[in-house]
Amino acid sequence: MRTRIIVFPGSNCDHDAMHAVKDVANNPDTEFVWHKEESIGKAVDLVILPGGFSYGDYLRTGAIARFSPVMKDVIRFANDGGTVIGICNGFQVLCESGLLPGVLIRNEALKFRCKWVNLRSENTDTRFTNSLLPGEVIKVPIAHGEGLYMADQEVIENLEGNKQIIFRYSTETGEILPEANPNGSINNIAGIINKEGNVLGMMPHPERACEAILGSADGLKVFSSLKRHFEFAREAKEVL
Amino acid sequence: MNYHVYIATERKEAILDPQGKATHHALGSLGMQEVADVRIGKFIRLAVNADSKEKAQAIAEESSRKLLANPIMETFRVVDIKEVSAK
Repeated sequence: MRTRIIVFPGSNCDHDAMHAVKDVANNPDTEFVWHKEESIGKAVDLVILPGGFSYGDYLRTGAIARFSPVMKDVIRFANDGGTVIGICNGFQVLCESGLLPGVLIRNEALKFRCKWVNLRSENTDTRFTNSLLPGEVIKVPIAHGEGLYMADQEVIENLEGNKQIIFRYSTETGEILPEANPNGSINNIAGIINKEGNVLGMMPHPERACEAILGSADGLKVFSSLKRHFEFAREAKEVL
Repeated sequence: MNYHVYIATERKEAILDPQGKATHHALGSLGMQEVADVRIGKFIRLAVNADSKEKAQAIAEESSRKLLANPIMETFRVVDIKEVSAK
């Protein structure tokens, strides 16, 4: 899986993503791309927009990063069907770029939330979640001040109807309850994909939960799903 | 000509404003019971070079639409335009 991790000024989960994808999930062709670059390069499978505080969250979270030179090529890549995953601040950048609908605003409780959460897998028929079982609960951390996902009623109905909601905050046993919602997101939404299914945005950090020694290896399932997806796609191409 | 264009952005009514809510609560603690609600937005000043006041306004509005406000959750309006001498 040829992966490029975009580095904005203020990104701080870029190295976590590199370690998870390159070392733990064993994808040797994984590289950083500085935001001043105008191209992500050729023959790329996956682009990761990592967590952090790009441009100090000035104006609105993700609002300035969207205009970084490299984002033009990332948007082109996504519109051509390329696979993009935005984690935390990366999710905020995807919303500001218009690659995903809605917006992320300050947590309902006004607190920065840094803790383990449980996520229920809502749609496992995607390239990001094919290694998960329907309804499977995974344990991953969150660390954000502005993670309350919201959008107007029509957008939420479409997300629900099209099965674009991939992860919801849940209890350990998979119940979707207000007390399992760490930030006040509508319908406990933790992660969504676009209609075409090639762009995922999520507030929790799967890349920080890829080894048992760190508390959980559940996040690795997202990256192993992607690896499986690309390996299958390559095999299919050779056979056909 | 040089203009200072002042823009205010506000969250739409339907959008939760936890910051405003917390500030409202604090004002209540101060005994300002008359304050019924608080909403917090942004106040932005652009220094614009343009041929006319109308053009300066148009440039400010385009800047707001493209970047300064997120139409999903915010509205904006140009609240004042002042002609200033060139520096």
